[in-house]
Amino acid sequence: MALSNEEILAGLAELITDETGIAGDEVALEKSFTDDLDIDSISMMTIVVNAEEKFGVTIPDDEVKNLKTVGDAVTFITNAQD
Amino acid sequence: MTATAHPTLRQATGPAYTRVLAYGAARGEVSVPNEALIGPIDSSDEWIQQRTGIITRMRAEHDTDAIDLATAAGDEAIASAGIDPALIDLVIVATVSNPKQTPSVSAIVADRVGANPAAAYDVNAACAGYAYAVAQADALIRSGAAKYALVIGAEKLSDVVDPTDRSISFLLGDGAGAALIGPSEYPGISATVWGSDGSKADAVGMNATLTQFRDGEVPWPTLRQEGQTVFRWAVWEMAKVAKRALEEAGIEASDLAAFIPHQANMRIIDQFAKQLKLPDTVKIARDIETTGNTSAASIPLATHRLLKENPELSGGLALQIGFGAGLVFGAQVIVLP
Repeated sequence: MALSNEEILAGLAELITDETGIAGDEVALEKSFTDDLDIDSISMMTIVVNAEEKFGVTIPDDEVKNLKTVGDAVTFITNAQD
Repeated sequence: MTATAHPTLRQATGPAYTRVLAYGAARGEVSVPNEALIGPIDSSDEWIQQRTGIITRMRAEHDTDAIDLATAAGDEAIASAGIDPALIDLVIVATVSNPKQTPSVSAIVADRVGANPAAAYDVNAACAGYAYAVAQADALIRSGAAKYALVIGAEKLSDVVDPTDRSISFLLGDGAGAALIGPSEYPGISATVWGSDGSKADAVGMNATLTQFRDGEVPWPTLRQEGQTVFRWAVWEMAKVAKRALEEAGIEASDLAAFIPHQANMRIIDQFAKQLKLPDTVKIARDIETTGNTSAASIPLATHRLLKENPELSGGLALQIGFGAGLVFGAQVIVLP
């Protein structure tokens, strides 16, 4: 069964905390990965690969640059689960 | 079935095993710290260190070329092995940055180190070039085509950098690392796991052709990379290759004394080691911190330094893996001399 948006957000927050040490409650849908959370491109790719494994989805390299906010990532993963 | 008559022909056979006998190293003469590069890329020392782990990189002076660096590294490897250079009958230089396409770097180096008339050719396999050349030297010695092989990775990458490029230029350094390979009484070089993926040719490489430059269509061609694409491939795909290399060698990660990946970026090295679940006992080469990324030269340079700083590693097993523009990759386990 597909995960809800809230479950994906919580799972993503865990991955972000593991990679960067950013507190989970800092991770919200409207937050920009680069401007708000200060996540660099290498950490972003690490989070993407770990998210692929955690949520069983594929996130192509070309798609990663479109994931500006946490909400973009949650939406992409939600759609990719279907 | 009728027997076919064949002419009698002698085919060569060689020794059962090979190993690396000694290493040599030569780095560019000038230490170029991050502060010297941050202006044109609107960056900072902290930004570069955080993303690459590089504090400074070694670059060659204007009049020093990859042939000079390769010769110096080769001379040291030969002297260190205590082999008469006249016995060397194969010289392979892995390089992508020699600004003159022909003659080869290797033929000139063979002559300069005293190995004339050794067979000599260059290998264009970017950052995997050294691992490719080791695979060839091992195979050619065991087949009887050569007895002693001088394998060198040599680059003057500072000739192909753009000071305003934020993708790869600030990572790059100049240097040459050499390994002298010869027959052995015990297995010293495992089967190489190697390959390519030309579907990702655009991920890293030169940004234009020399003919485009000649025709005034583009500035001097330099290296570029799609950092995120390369990072994903270099860690997660290459971790699979590294594991296959261990399997081919018939060993476990815990049997290793050292892990010597291509010195592309410290973040790649760290994540790579994490994916391989290397035990703390395995020394990880981190020469990039003060040498920079020297493409084909990085593995032998890092190995040379690791052995200098940790002589107790001698006799231990090292997993080496090169990966880069092509895309291409090559990995093998060696016994450290």
